[in-house]
Amino acid sequence: MHYGGKIITGLVIFLGLVSMPFWFNIGGSYEEPKVELPKNAKVCVAPTQNMRENHMKLLDQWRDMALREGKRTYISAKGDKYTISLQNTCMQCHTSKEQFCDKCHVDASVTPYCWDCHVPPKEAK
Amino acid sequence: MNALYSLVLVFALVLIALFGVGSAHMAGLFGTLLPYVAVAVFLVGFANRIIGWAKSPVPFRIPTTGGQQKSLDFIQHDRFDNPVTPGQTFIRMILEICCFRSLFRNTKVELRDGRVTYASSKFLWLFSLLFHYSFLLIVIRHMRLFFEPVPECIAFVEMIDGIMQIGVPRLYMSDLLILAGLGFLLGRRLKDPKLRYISLVTDYFPLLLIIGIALSGIYMRYFEHVDILAIKKLTMGLVTFSPVIPEGVSVVFFIHLFLVCVLLVYFPFSKLMHAGGVFLSPTRNMPNDTRINHHENPWNDPNIKPHSYEAYEDEFREAMIEAGLPVEKKA
Amino acid sequence: MADLPKADELFKSINYTPPSTGWMDTPVDTSPGNWCYPAKAEKLEYLGMPNPREWNPADVDWKLPENWQEIVKEGFRERLDKYRSLKVFMDICVRCGACADKCHFFIGSGDPKNMPVLRAELMRSIYRGEFTLAGKILSTLTGSRVMTEDVLKEWFIYFYQCTECRRCSLYCPYGIDTAEVTMMARELLHLCGVNINWILEPVSNCNRTGNHLGIQPHAFKDIVDFMVDDIEEITGKRLNVPMNEKGHEVIFITPSGDVFADPGIYTFMGYLMLFDHIGLDYTLSTYASEGGNFGLFTSADMMKKLNAKMYAEADRLGAKWILGGECGHMWRVINQYMDTMNGPANNLEVPVNPITGTVFENARQTKMVHITEFTADLMKHNKLKLDPSRNDHIRATFHDSCNPARAMGLMDEPRYVIKNVVKNFFEMPEQTIREQTFCCAGGSGLNTDEIMEIRMRGGLPRGNALKAVQEQHDVNMLSCICAIDRATLPPLANYWAPGVDVCGVHELVGNALILDGEKERETDLRFNPLPGKEG
Repeated sequence: MHYGGKIITGLVIFLGLVSMPFWFNIGGSYEEPKVELPKNAKVCVAPTQNMRENHMKLLDQWRDMALREGKRTYISAKGDKYTISLQNTCMQCHTSKEQFCDKCHVDASVTPYCWDCHVPPKEAK
Repeated sequence: MNALYSLVLVFALVLIALFGVGSAHMAGLFGTLLPYVAVAVFLVGFANRIIGWAKSPVPFRIPTTGGQQKSLDFIQHDRFDNPVTPGQTFIRMILEICCFRSLFRNTKVELRDGRVTYASSKFLWLFSLLFHYSFLLIVIRHMRLFFEPVPECIAFVEMIDGIMQIGVPRLYMSDLLILAGLGFLLGRRLKDPKLRYISLVTDYFPLLLIIGIALSGIYMRYFEHVDILAIKKLTMGLVTFSPVIPEGVSVVFFIHLFLVCVLLVYFPFSKLMHAGGVFLSPTRNMPNDTRINHHENPWNDPNIKPHSYEAYEDEFREAMIEAGLPVEKKA
Repeated sequence: MADLPKADELFKSINYTPPSTGWMDTPVDTSPGNWCYPAKAEKLEYLGMPNPREWNPADVDWKLPENWQEIVKEGFRERLDKYRSLKVFMDICVRCGACADKCHFFIGSGDPKNMPVLRAELMRSIYRGEFTLAGKILSTLTGSRVMTEDVLKEWFIYFYQCTECRRCSLYCPYGIDTAEVTMMARELLHLCGVNINWILEPVSNCNRTGNHLGIQPHAFKDIVDFMVDDIEEITGKRLNVPMNEKGHEVIFITPSGDVFADPGIYTFMGYLMLFDHIGLDYTLSTYASEGGNFGLFTSADMMKKLNAKMYAEADRLGAKWILGGECGHMWRVINQYMDTMNGPANNLEVPVNPITGTVFENARQTKMVHITEFTADLMKHNKLKLDPSRNDHIRATFHDSCNPARAMGLMDEPRYVIKNVVKNFFEMPEQTIREQTFCCAGGSGLNTDEIMEIRMRGGLPRGNALKAVQEQHDVNMLSCICAIDRATLPPLANYWAPGVDVCGVHELVGNALILDGEKERETDLRFNPLPGKEG
């Protein structure tokens, strides 16, 4: 094979890179991240699946309402009133950023910029 | 017409996935079996194709030279457009593959007032680069779904891609750029009569297929807000060979995945193999050095001999002697 | 020639909008004027090539062998196995169209089948239809078709409307080289006996007499003697020109076109004067009296057979190295094929310029040096006595020949030589010179008169660039380093830029050289009065 060495080397490198997800995970297993659920509350501002998919939209909306429009009250789909505040509402129940937010964000490699401005609550040691 | 065929084909594929998962409840087939088949076909097909090419020898060294050769010391040698060493050739290939060097030369001919004019025409180069690099970025970004923990470098690529911090979820520049690239490549095929004339179904189909993949991906991220962790559960299941179909995976994801599978299967049998073929192109990957080094042609036939001097002299001896030309044998 | 339209009419007739019918459904025009005359049966017989017969491309029946489809298919398969280039080029084109308007034949004709991409598709469609599974099943969707007589006719018309100049290959993002495709298509056509006389007659001549023109040894000597006479008349000096002599250091081989007709003969006179001036120890050969190689336009085997004479003759005469004259495709063969096919030339030595001592490292394997490399080296070392003012009546530009430019990269050497002997030198527009140069539209064996309109159309880009410098700088001389150019460019210049003459670079050198003991010259090598001597 003319220039076979170079071609096979290149091919092996390419195939190796493309199939990396498979051989890199050999023998590994995957556990879905387990978030720590609040102990003192049962209901969130929206149903769980909706929050899983759309919490970022809601937070974005809250930011705009609070900071740009000066509105501090949010009425949920069920008609409950909530004070718009990451620290005083969300984090009241979800007390730990590490045990709640980060669990999924790290897993899915999402880096929200909430904490560019907000100060996360002190983590219990 | 060919464009229309391709569009219909891609729509049909979308519908197959839509009904297959949505109505016929074959999520298992679309979410586990097909991806494995597609990856296997891609890997084997790609390797097969490259080896198929490699089996044919390179009988002659035929680089297309794009600059001044190396000759006399005082004449400036154009090292990367007319390489003579393996190193220079390597750089020529890097320029070709990473920067689309040859496409950068593109010009556009027009006839104007009795003149043939050549305008620089770099749009094809620009948008092809945008498309290919966006595609690469997007593939790298998707690796977050196949690794746990997600390696730093992948997170870094994501961070750069979303550095504008527009919207929630953050807008990836590559999503817009790949659409711009694909849109241009498709648009010029439809708009330029010459290109429309040469375009086959197999030219439109991959473009539309990739557009379908990009749009379904964009829809999931920016419009539907799919449950990314459910999807990661599925993708990690695939790569750890313990496939699962979790709750909460959107049907759009299955459409997206199915189109990707089709692309993987289609790839090795199509013109998309230019990705591998460009490395084997003898007009680019060889140094222009056959006056300096010997190149061996494996099928060179030593039995091909010139019409011999003896036969030549035999035929013309008398006339040669008469003309005073030296001869080997006197009559 | 008679019904050739006027230049401006022809220009206005060019339309780049393709026809409304798809290319596979557009029938090929086989009326006279679209093809070169077929090879004579006797030439094929002499060369031992298949299917010799009398036939006419305008007829419906081309008298192909019974099983010609099988022959083409087998030939195709064989070549796919022999050439990686062919295999890769059949597979990886994405039809991006970057090559479309790079071909001189497309620019001048607007015929979409002259777009390099479509020219290659003529063959790719068959490749897909015959050799790929997808193509066999989904023929329309994949743009595939099977080999029919109409396809073969289309091949004959369009693969003899490609001059293998490789301009498209330069712009192709994958380096797909239509020259390579054309060569393969022509080889397949040869298998069925479909070929042109303008290539095969020179090939058979070259095999027998040593040169394309069929000049026999004694006639060759006569011609050289005529040139020696002319030089004597102009310079007052009689030169000694060794021929077929053993024991000289250098054997000089140039295309036979240079001994056959003007303006080539002036270039040849320039060579002889240069060799005399520096006292080069050289000989010519009548057996290897052809630098060019129409085998390149026939088949790899024929190219090898014709080229083999160079080393064979150098060995026989005991020369140390070979000096090659100004020729385009000759240098493609020498640069890219010669050593692979007929080397290594172990009996020769690495060329050294005996005057300057320069070692031609870039030719250490082939042992063959280009005359402009040689002359440029002499000039750089101030070894030539020159009077450039003798060329003051000349306002020159330079045409890069396709092969030296894109299959070698010989671009600055001839320019260096020209600038040393001509004061008034002007470049044509940048997109038409150097590696982007345009063909004379007569390369690869197409310099025949029966396709004059096709040639003039293909010559448009070169002619137009020439006209531009003619208008802008009063250029009156198109210099070049190719014997085919010297045959094809005069009618081209006459058509597109009347008033411009064509010359070889060494004609300009010959004009400027001050030979030892020469008389005061009154005329240049063409017997035109020198500037200031018009009276």
